[in-house]
Amino acid sequence: MTTPGNQELQVKEKQEVASTAEATRPGVVFTPDVDIFENENELILLADIPGVEAEALKIDLRDDTLTLSASVEPEDITGEEALLTEYQSGHYYRQFNLSEIIDQEKIEAQLTDGVLRLTLPKVAKATPRKITVQAG
Amino acid sequence: MIYRRMFGLPSWRANQPFADLEQIRRQMDRLWEGVTGERVHSRTAGVFPLVNLSEDMDNYYLRAELPGVGSNALDIQVDAKTISLSGERKIAAEGEDIKYHRRERDAGKFSRMISLPGDIEPDKATANLKHGLLKIVVPKAEAVKPRQINVS
Repeated sequence: MTTPGNQELQVKEKQEVASTAEATRPGVVFTPDVDIFENENELILLADIPGVEAEALKIDLRDDTLTLSASVEPEDITGEEALLTEYQSGHYYRQFNLSEIIDQEKIEAQLTDGVLRLTLPKVAKATPRKITVQAG
Repeated sequence: MIYRRMFGLPSWRANQPFADLEQIRRQMDRLWEGVTGERVHSRTAGVFPLVNLSEDMDNYYLRAELPGVGSNALDIQVDAKTISLSGERKIAAEGEDIKYHRRERDAGKFSRMISLPGDIEPDKATANLKHGLLKIVVPKAEAVKPRQINVS
């Protein structure tokens, strides 16, 4: 989509989650933008979740489904009058089906400047073994 | 140009007066795009980053979401009536043997100027960038602050 270099950043409106389940928390829920890539040993996920504190982020991995759920504290703006509102604040939620088997013990997560970096190490594949047949 | 709202409107939820309408608008936009295939032009200025501007008696507050932008990659300039935000969002190169499954995040430069409806004091402006959320507080110029007039 974008070429590396001096491109101007384009505006992207936040995508709201179109879910059928009712949310228990009040507020809008958005789908964060993610980059997912892998190398030989691990699967790495980067998600843009500005405004999320580390304690408010829930990462869940079960049955090959990775669920990211982050709640954002709405800022207290009593007494302020809005002049221009171009974006809304809301919680974040996204789910992924993973095709790889992940070593759950070694998952690492880092949250810097509103970007989550999730490192999911793959389970080492069983090395194929030659089976020799004893002639008997 | 940013205009002051002429009258306050009642809200269903605190701090989110038009949230329900926003949701309907987004669904209508999606329906429209589904039928005609043309992208609906957004109601914003169309420049990154999207900002929320608000005011109270003493200050203007400008908020923006800038995930992945560190405070040294961000340049904020304030003069008598405008705030300029510029900088660059970088995405680190990851390595050689990488296979992408999904690539939704953008990198690049951005630059935006926001004109304020009244005069401000640039020397007393403060800015705070935490967890990718930028908040700039700019005090209004003394001459422009509303004053209570007592009736004797």
